[in-house]
Amino acid sequence: MLERAITGIRGTGHRVVNGVWRLGYASRFFLAVLLHSSMSFRRFHLTIKEIYFSGVLSLIIILVSGLFVGMVLGLQGYETLQKYGSESALGTLVALSLVRELGPVLAALLFASRAGSAITAEIGLMKATEQISAMEMMAVDPIARVVAPRFWAGVISMPLLAAMFSATGVFGGYLIGVVLIGVDEGQFWSQMQAAVDFRQDVMNGVIKSCVFGVAITAIALFEGYDAPPTAEGVSHATTRTVVTSALAVLALDFILTAFMFRGL
Amino acid sequence: MERKTLDLWVGLFVVAGLAAVLVLAMKVGNLSTFNMSESYELKADFGNIGGLKARAPVKSAGVVVGRVTNISFDNASYRARVTMVVDKRYQFPKDTFAKILTAGLLGEQYIGLDPGGDEVNLKSGDNIAKTEPAMVLESLISKFMFDKAADGDAKK
Amino acid sequence: MPSENLVEIQELNFTYDVRPVLQGINMHFPRGKVVAIMGLSGCGKTTLLRLIGGQLKPSSGQVQVAGQTIHTLDREGLFRMRRRMGMLFQFGALYTDMSVFDNVAFQMREHTDLPESLIRDLVLLKLEAVGLRGAHNLMPTELSGGMARRVALARAIALDPMLMLYDEPFAGLDTISLGVIGNLIRHLNDALGATSIVVTHDVQESLKIVDYIYFMSEGRVIAEGTPDELRAADTGFVHQFVHGEIDGPMPFHYPGAGYAEDLALDVAHA
Repeated sequence: MLERAITGIRGTGHRVVNGVWRLGYASRFFLAVLLHSSMSFRRFHLTIKEIYFSGVLSLIIILVSGLFVGMVLGLQGYETLQKYGSESALGTLVALSLVRELGPVLAALLFASRAGSAITAEIGLMKATEQISAMEMMAVDPIARVVAPRFWAGVISMPLLAAMFSATGVFGGYLIGVVLIGVDEGQFWSQMQAAVDFRQDVMNGVIKSCVFGVAITAIALFEGYDAPPTAEGVSHATTRTVVTSALAVLALDFILTAFMFRGL
Repeated sequence: MERKTLDLWVGLFVVAGLAAVLVLAMKVGNLSTFNMSESYELKADFGNIGGLKARAPVKSAGVVVGRVTNISFDNASYRARVTMVVDKRYQFPKDTFAKILTAGLLGEQYIGLDPGGDEVNLKSGDNIAKTEPAMVLESLISKFMFDKAADGDAKK
Repeated sequence: MPSENLVEIQELNFTYDVRPVLQGINMHFPRGKVVAIMGLSGCGKTTLLRLIGGQLKPSSGQVQVAGQTIHTLDREGLFRMRRRMGMLFQFGALYTDMSVFDNVAFQMREHTDLPESLIRDLVLLKLEAVGLRGAHNLMPTELSGGMARRVALARAIALDPMLMLYDEPFAGLDTISLGVIGNLIRHLNDALGATSIVVTHDVQESLKIVDYIYFMSEGRVIAEGTPDELRAADTGFVHQFVHGEIDGPMPFHYPGAGYAEDLALDVAHA
């Protein structure tokens, strides 16, 4: 009995120490990526190639999800608002929820599972097949050549994807609210414009998605770089990327929201 | 893939992303109707602001001319002090009346400016002297009931 | 005056966590020679290569390449040194997102400002040397194991290195590819005027092409000599290894509890 308790305590301690150690290692890795970023911009075509893989190829899923989320918001929002006779506020509801929260957060979650997991798997496999080692032996820094361009590509793609998600979402809400249900078009747009502030809402949404982009790509790259060079190791790392970045996005969203919209 | 095709796709992607931000700014947001950079600040004290919040619109004759930036409580006069910014294009006379109004029965509260007839216009940092507090539904109802009761007493 | 030996290893010890991997290694690799390091899997051969390439730091002792001590070099110096080394990895380690051509051109593009037309000539020259000029448009996934190894070889010699490191170049190849790679190692070494270090457990193939052999077991050098000397050895570990006998000084059984003991335990459980 006592023995089991001791083993349990020891296990917990071990996990805590391990977690702190990994966090420190991850921070050092992140710092190294930032310090070795000059090549990503000097030879920008390296970054462009990665924007294609993480940004352009994520477009379809982002646009389709955005449209549907906007349409659902239109339907649900109308159901609720018409009880209070204020269907004209539908535009406000759709736009504010998309621009402030759903756009950045949902786009980030989709990005984590679409692009983040791919980054982890790619880096993990490059390590497992000694491609990273080979690069080091050729006197090319893999952090600068492989990791940093993927990082900056993610940071550039994320806010653009989130903005497209929100814009298609608003369009989806418009389709349902105005075209299908018949809310007055003028009221839909004017109430929306009266309530949505460019700096407070749109820019804060963009800032949020930039932060999410940094978090997701940093997590994905670290997990890939740190993955044990086996099939099992890479698959675990990919799972961890999706889970960790989803949690990170939600936690960061709470913190950022608390800072940004506290005055309301 | 060929480098040129790749560049083209990424270019299109970036343009589409920036266009989305632009749409959010102009069509969804209020950047087209109200430009914060060309504005001046006004202050007004109210006895009661009701449900007025920061960022509420400031309207005159129904047109949005500005926005509430800050609300504080003045401990000397026990009144609410509202700071607002107004677009430079719109100038108002010194004796302008500031009221807290409600859009519809349950809508958002906003500040309405009724221009007076003074020759001199309000400058940045000026205080609007003539204000009317928000109408609070409870006091309205109790006033109505009190009047009715008083009416009834008088008729007896 | 440069010393006779390109690579010198002196009293090298390496400990991974607490497990000693290499103990008191002394080796030297003369210029222009092909030297093999042989031993069973897990005896520390690959670790030794990584120490020479500067990917690991020794616990004590030193590795000198061209008169410079590897582990005291800073990052800049190490990278300068590595530009003069070529390494062939066990399974080639080709970049799977680039074509054969781009793989071979990789180092030239990273380290030189050569015009694209010159790079093209150089790449085709290197591919011609390994007999795969016709395959320059293929992707690595379209190559067989032996071809991938040859492309990787062309990539490793892209900048005409003075030192070639081979990590298990013969692993997992058919007999024909085996002969091809063996010959290439020898001929490229002589053509480039380089020095080659071949880490392998393939005895028969390497005895044909190398000038000198070190035998390692459990982190120590246990025998060394020319191929003829080692073939002549008729006793002990070298004999077992060279002739591929199952049992000998290197036991067939992994050390463990007694066989009977293990079985009795199973009976008790049943």
